Amino acid sequence: MKAFGVLLRRELALAWGRGGGPLLALTFYACVVVLLPMASGRAPERLAAIAPGIAWLALALAALLSLERLFERDYEDGTLELLALGPAPLEAVAIAKCLAQWLATGAPLALAAPVAALMLGAELKVMPLLVLCSLVGGLAFAFLGGMGAALALGSKRGGLLVAVIVLPLFAPPVIFGAGALDGYMSGLSWTGGLMLMLAYCAGAVALTPLAMGAACRNALD
Amino acid sequence: MLRVVLIKDLAISRGERTLFSGLNLTLNAGEAAALVGRNGAGKTSLLRAVAGLLRPMAGTVTFEDSSGPVEADVARAEQLHLLGHHDGLKASRTAWEELRFQALWTGGTEDSARAAAKRFDLIRLLDLEVRRLSAGQRRRLALARLAASPRSLWLLDEPMAPLDATQREAFGVVMAEHLAGGGMILASVHDPLPIPARLVEIGA
Repeated sequence: MKAFGVLLRRELALAWGRGGGPLLALTFYACVVVLLPMASGRAPERLAAIAPGIAWLALALAALLSLERLFERDYEDGTLELLALGPAPLEAVAIAKCLAQWLATGAPLALAAPVAALMLGAELKVMPLLVLCSLVGGLAFAFLGGMGAALALGSKRGGLLVAVIVLPLFAPPVIFGAGALDGYMSGLSWTGGLMLMLAYCAGAVALTPLAMGAACRNALD
Repeated sequence: MLRVVLIKDLAISRGERTLFSGLNLTLNAGEAAALVGRNGAGKTSLLRAVAGLLRPMAGTVTFEDSSGPVEADVARAEQLHLLGHHDGLKASRTAWEELRFQALWTGGTEDSARAAAKRFDLIRLLDLEVRRLSAGQRRRLALARLAASPRSLWLLDEPMAPLDATQREAFGVVMAEHLAGGGMILASVHDPLPIPARLVEIGA
């Protein structure tokens, strides 16, 4: 457990510094949100209607951005071998990496989501739910993306492979989250979507470390 | 503390090609073995197989301590250092951050990391980013983790290559001390090790 803490702190420091850390994802997020009204026309009521959904979708894409290299660098510079011979199994190493990724980029993005939605004209009452969806969804995105990154280890076009593996897995939480937000705004039942997303997130956190551990072992062989 | 490493009938293949087969080697406490052989003979693969990173095609690697056989996963997680071609250091972090992490991760302490840095003449370099270090300095930083956390089996892949003559000698002293304390060393080399070591030819 102590070793896990040591590793988590290191991964957090690395994720914070890697390629601009949270700034890269936040900037990408800002780009989408700023450009969207220019592309979709200026009618404020139309923007306001799709604002939470767009803020939520852009978040999923921004999360994908910094995931590609999650394992790649450790694999290339030999750190993965060191991590494989430590006191914690590779599954725990993968959990630490994904958690750090979530804390360094997912959480800042979740805090930026209400700002973005507000800029697009969404109603204020939806903000708490948007932050909650973004936090939970971000956790699922980090673990699913981590699995994609681990499976793509050692391949030449890793980034492409990560996107292809991960996109179908990103679809359910995007649907559930958008469903919850939409239901909440139109005064319908919204807990169902949120519950489904929580369940999906729990499943991802529980299962993907197994896949990541196996994929890392396979890449080292 | 491991007492014996037993390599029995080991065969390793990469892709379709068999690198070597039928390799037997026993390493006892206080012994060093130097793996020699041409490039691509399988020295690195053997080290990685002992470390459990690579699945051998046939044969077994077993570990024993004073009370009998030790489960391989436990031995590898607690008693084994592997230093490969890559130093496993992040260019953007300082030498101290990296050494401290490597020591803590492999079971050492901050104090032991500090002592190891002194041992390898790294104190002046600790505040520098790894990217600013020369190849030899980087290797010394990687070697320092051997001294920073007490693990009994050292698997070294060309450990001396980037070191200058003085540093080779200094590392020789560290290795000799490790052996005197009951440790074991398995190293792939092209130049002879500065300590008495059994020569094992791979892929002859």
